[in-house]
Amino acid sequence: MVEERLRGWRELPLGAVTYRLSTDYKTGDWRALKPVVNLNKCVKCMLCWIYCPDMAVIWDGEKIVINYDYCKGCGICAQECPVKAIDMVPEYEER
Amino acid sequence: MVVRTLPQYPIKKGEPAYKIWIFEPGWKGELPLITNPRQLAEQKRPALLPGHRLCAGCAAPIIVKLASLAFRGPTIVVSATGCIEVATTIFPYTSWAIPWIHNAFENSAATASGIESAIKALKKTGRLPYDHVDVVVFAGDGGTYDIGIQALSGAAERGHDFLYILYDNEAYMNTGIQRSGGTPKFAWTTTSPVGSVIPGKMEHKKPIADIMVAHRIPYVATTTPAHWIDLMKKVRKGIEVNGPAFIHALSPCDRGWRHAENLAIEISRRAVDTCYFPLWEWTPEKGYMLTDRSLSIARNPKLKQPIEKFLELQGRFRHLLKPENRHLLKELQEYVDAMWEDLLNRATNAPK
Ligand SMILES: Cc1ncc(C[n+]2csc(CCOP(=O)(O)OP(=O)(O)O)c2C)c(N)n1
Ligand code: SF4
Ligand code: SF4
Ligand code: SF4
Ligand SMILES: [Mg+2]
Repeated sequence: MVEERLRGWRELPLGAVTYRLSTDYKTGDWRALKPVVNLNKCVKCMLCWIYCPDMAVIWDGEKIVINYDYCKGCGICAQECPVKAIDMVPEYEER
Repeated sequence: MVVRTLPQYPIKKGEPAYKIWIFEPGWKGELPLITNPRQLAEQKRPALLPGHRLCAGCAAPIIVKLASLAFRGPTIVVSATGCIEVATTIFPYTSWAIPWIHNAFENSAATASGIESAIKALKKTGRLPYDHVDVVVFAGDGGTYDIGIQALSGAAERGHDFLYILYDNEAYMNTGIQRSGGTPKFAWTTTSPVGSVIPGKMEHKKPIADIMVAHRIPYVATTTPAHWIDLMKKVRKGIEVNGPAFIHALSPCDRGWRHAENLAIEISRRAVDTCYFPLWEWTPEKGYMLTDRSLSIARNPKLKQPIEKFLELQGRFRHLLKPENRHLLKELQEYVDAMWEDLLNRATNAPK
């Protein structure tokens, strides 16, 4: 087995330079409540898209899709939806 | 070398869900300011990417997102130390789809001045491949009212062309909710605790936007993320003017204000409805002008809500609603009313 060697300074990333996109970091597992869109009720006003702090509401050109990879479950979309088309449902069943 | 690729989510019409902003050298023109929500969602992508680690329900990323939707082209962002900075660039990740620089807690306006001067020098010597590169600062209340004010005042006096956006969560939040010059009177913070000795912070909020008006820079405005069209229009104006511009954006913080995660927008709205945080803009030519909901309230005073409407959703003001503290509530209401009257007298478009 090859022993793992500590990296030398030449191989370390440049200090203070952030070199990866945060899209590699999924914040969806922060969520306790999950927004579920009722597409029959949705009037496509886009307010959820505008107000989502986590860019987790996607407009795919036809409908609203929640991106659960990043959605932190804050519920702002549900609170601000003018027709109450978004329900916040528990992510895990209570045990 | 790490490959920076964005995750792909299927889109039937319009831009991909997430985008890095690239302007090829020689890029000309101006990105349009779109305020139609459907067109926005199809044609525009914010400069802030998901995966940032601001608290769930924080208003600060909404302010950054909306502001970036109003950028007019190549833009460099400067962030003072504060929640936005620490949570959007946790090593090795960055949430910024545009060039971004972090500086110390106190000097974002100085850093922006330097960048703007460098851009000017490059342009003068024909080495800038763009017509304009805009510089925008996002700094917190601690980094603006308190430690950053001399850098800001100096940059305003020197007349550097940049937009400074203060996201005001009314305390030093990322270090654990300490009071700042932007914390309102009677608010609970960890350094102005509510108890038998004091009823929260003892001093009023510093009038930071009026201090910037006193510098007579080309553009000063207040806004909130709830009033998103107002915010976007003001950001675009602030970028377009030649010289320093200052925007004061209220930024509810669920951790520090002790409110429910889903209420950042509702609380911003109520801050304006109660005239706790009126919406206005100021230019040397026109003076103070009320905008959006605050203009409606000036025209129809019946729309003005009592201050309790703003306080009742926030744990940091819980003590003010107790019967024994009625006199404090009254004092706060009188203060808000006096400030509002004063603004009405100054506003050139308020009905007289
Ligand atoms: C000179 C200096 N003093 C103290 C600190 C520690 N510090 C970092 S951020 C911060 C508070 C930031 O408050 P604010 O500007 O309101 O931003 P927020 O965290 O609320 O978004 C402090 C005290 C520092 N980074 N530099
Ligand atoms: S719950 Fe919050 S994070 Fe999730 S989609 Fe709604 S607004 Fe965005
Ligand atoms: S806010 Fe509600 S109605 Fe509007 S687009 Fe979102 S889900 Fe649909
Ligand atoms: S502490 Fe407050 S301002 Fe900071 S990220 Fe959390 S909610 Fe936002
Ligand atoms: Mg702060």
